[in-house]
Amino acid sequence: MDSFQTLIFKLKKYWSDRGCILQEPYDVEVGAGTMCPETFLRVLGPDPYRVAYVQPSRRPADGRYGENPNRLYKHQQLQVILKPAPADVIDQYLGSLEAIGIDLSRHDIKFEEDNWESPTLGAWGIGWQVMLDGLEITQFTYFQQCGGIDLELIPAELTYGLERIAAFLQGKESIYEVEWAPGFSYADVRFADERQFSVYNFEMADIATLWQLFELNEREAQRLIDSFASYPEKSRFPVLPAYDHVLKCSHLFNLLDSRGAISVTERVGVIGRVRKLAVGTAQLWVAQRQAREAA
Amino acid sequence: MAAARTNLRFLLEIGSEEIPDWMIASALDHLKSAFERMLADLRLPGTVDWVDGTPRRLALLASGLAGRQADLEELVSGPPKAAGEGAALGFARKNGVTVDQLEIQPTPKGDYYAFRRRIAGRAASELLAAAAPDLILGIPWPKTMCWTGKGGPRFIRPIRWIVALLNGAVVDFEVAGVRSGDRTSGHRRFGRKTIRVSVAGYVEQLRKNHVLVRASERRARIEAGLAGVRVKPDPGLLDTLTYLTEWPTPVVGRFDEAYLDLPAEVLVTVMRHHQKYFSVEREDGSLAPGFVAVMNVPADPDGLVVSGNERVLRARFNDARFFWETDQKKPLRDRVEDLKHVTFQRNVGSYHLKMTATLALLDELGDVPAAARRAVELCKCDLTTEMVKEFTELQGVVGGLYARAQGEGEDVAAAIYEHYKPVSMEDSIPATEAGRFVALADKLHTLRACFAVGMAPTGSKDPLALRRAAQGAVRILVEGGLPVDFAKLSAGDAALDEFLRDRVRHYFRDVRGFAYDEVNAAMAAGLSNLPDLTRRLEAIRAVRPTADFEPLAASFKRIRNILEQARFEGCPVDPDLLQEDAERGLYRAMTSLRLAGLSYREALTQIATLRPAVDLFFDKVLVNAPEPRVRANRLALLDTLRREFSRIADFSEIVTS
Repeated sequence: MDSFQTLIFKLKKYWSDRGCILQEPYDVEVGAGTMCPETFLRVLGPDPYRVAYVQPSRRPADGRYGENPNRLYKHQQLQVILKPAPADVIDQYLGSLEAIGIDLSRHDIKFEEDNWESPTLGAWGIGWQVMLDGLEITQFTYFQQCGGIDLELIPAELTYGLERIAAFLQGKESIYEVEWAPGFSYADVRFADERQFSVYNFEMADIATLWQLFELNEREAQRLIDSFASYPEKSRFPVLPAYDHVLKCSHLFNLLDSRGAISVTERVGVIGRVRKLAVGTAQLWVAQRQAREAA
Repeated sequence: MAAARTNLRFLLEIGSEEIPDWMIASALDHLKSAFERMLADLRLPGTVDWVDGTPRRLALLASGLAGRQADLEELVSGPPKAAGEGAALGFARKNGVTVDQLEIQPTPKGDYYAFRRRIAGRAASELLAAAAPDLILGIPWPKTMCWTGKGGPRFIRPIRWIVALLNGAVVDFEVAGVRSGDRTSGHRRFGRKTIRVSVAGYVEQLRKNHVLVRASERRARIEAGLAGVRVKPDPGLLDTLTYLTEWPTPVVGRFDEAYLDLPAEVLVTVMRHHQKYFSVEREDGSLAPGFVAVMNVPADPDGLVVSGNERVLRARFNDARFFWETDQKKPLRDRVEDLKHVTFQRNVGSYHLKMTATLALLDELGDVPAAARRAVELCKCDLTTEMVKEFTELQGVVGGLYARAQGEGEDVAAAIYEHYKPVSMEDSIPATEAGRFVALADKLHTLRACFAVGMAPTGSKDPLALRRAAQGAVRILVEGGLPVDFAKLSAGDAALDEFLRDRVRHYFRDVRGFAYDEVNAAMAAGLSNLPDLTRRLEAIRAVRPTADFEPLAASFKRIRNILEQARFEGCPVDPDLLQEDAERGLYRAMTSLRLAGLSYREALTQIATLRPAVDLFFDKVLVNAPEPRVRANRLALLDTLRREFSRIADFSEIVTS
């Protein structure tokens, strides 16, 4: 029986053998691996790309103080981007399941319609949730649009829910019982994290401070976006730092939301503010790539 | 030239990545009709034997095709004969023939040169190859995608292979970079990846590779697996699973009896909507601790699939229990204020506002039970619960369950539970009186509020499901027998009034099966409330087949026309001015009719007895008498007749044969 980390090794090896760059997790808080620049920005433009990385994904509202066996504030996704998607992408994906010890002749796999959409990122795609014996283990998406821009090459995005897959493989009822490494359970490694962030996110995060942080990051991102047009040497313009501020805004929005500080009426407006920044950054990324081409 | 071959068979299979189950049947219907249209356009005989499919393939088999189109002969007209031989020579040369191949075509304008051009029919395989790409990409889908790159072809999911065979030969074409051929693909795990197929052997070759192409076979296989188990019948789920699988195999799982403490509604929702399981019942109809999952593989030899599904269900049920327990910490009555932060509709306001407005609306509906008021106060509070956030389809139901658990009283709980009913035409209206008032007030508020901010449905667009809300309100009023003043429902909004009237017409015609002229006749006679309208319609339907009814209706139409043409302004009848026996007879018959205290049906029967008197009147009396006072009096007689006896139905609206 593989530990959590062995499972990750095997998946990384599998995708590395199929031409993927192995990236490390992005060091800004994100709600999903899709938001990392390695996905959100790299899928734009005409350049093929293949990358795989584990991304700890923070969803403050999903926190349960470490008390619910199946829900986490922060879970780990293995994110794979194949741009453009090869014709045998599903076979490659199924091969990855075999590679982590799932004998598909003894299990039931179904692809059920699930079209992904992120209003905050101005992004959507077509795809499935992949069900293994009734358990959703992967989100499979052909991106169509990102940052409001139609994609030139259509990538496949595979997002593996690592905790679920590990609990399934190890036959554990609770994610916390999953063996992370020999002698260490998931709870040993992450329980304090889950509990403390739940306390902070739901009870102690200061709403006024979070709004201030949101506005500071929003202003900084917007300032950068606005200064691109007049910036002389486009190729050295800091698009990536601007995007970091967008990610900060997105995470602060999630925090405010879990704190109950955003009414449903306001929600749409705040999502719109983040989307404006995400769309702005995506456009800079494409413009910068074109400027490089022209130079 | 060799004789064209006939009676060929054509097989088309579009191999795709997994197509959403609910789209497959309608895509196949379209494929069939589009293919038939295509054959007609191509002047090829042939019929579609069947279309069928699985998530990974849409297939069509046609037979009786000809190997080539019939030849065509076309008459090409040239210059008039009078133009002389030079013109004929030019015409012939232009068309690549000699003058002796021309003929003379007589026309009304004189003789003309002409020749018959033969157009050889093209080979069917060539025609099919040219038309197939548009046929395939023309299948309409609710939402399509690109996969070959920006601006590329669009389909529901990527196309991965195409089989196109005319008898033994490949019909060669390309769609989205995929070349047609004679190779299909079997079940993802239990079939060969590449299988050479023939037209005749297609279904069987796939069966050997664990694909049942025919949906009826998959359905039968699921039904056979369910045979030994007492499952809750669920045709919708059966459809879903039929089109979600290529080789369906049901397996039976169990869960711990302890979960049966949770409401059956929650357990069934988890099983059906989230896991696509059939739930299992006991003899008495209550829920048993079991389920049936349908796999897309032939067997579960080690029981791994069952135990995996059982584990998932356990986790789901644990979540539900967690939500239930968390939610009880804050009862519904303490959540009323929270509704201020839940938006009902952006332009209208919060659910708290909706609640207070609905309470006020309740007062307009008459004598409303106290439980209805309490239920309106609480019925939206479940929107703030964890359970409804997770299982949105259970809103209302969860509120009702919580109200019961929190001691709100059975009538209040039941009214909350049912306040979204009826959710469809097939669904019943709320069972309790309080429930009917709550459901009605909730729907009326939604309609009034949305119409007030200009969100009435336009054309086929009805994102707020206002038609369903109005239809629900009409059904509650009729089927619940609530005599609420119809004019009050729309609170003075003329557009809403017409919208509701339209739903009333729709309901009585399309749901209750009244003839459209009966509905028009009853509504034209006034609309005080819907139970009254219902009784009048039933009376009309009962009396209509009697001998006197339709002739009398025809006379009423004649009366209406006479009055309209005369622009009659109205005055009372003066009995002394009645001159002829027939008009006096009609007057007597009218005035001696006693309708008070009669049922609508009895009253209509009585009115129908006027027919001989009316017929005699028209037979013997000239309405347009030369003497103005006599004429006016006759018009007054007819006017009185029409007004007095059109209160149940405006007979002039009845279409007589």
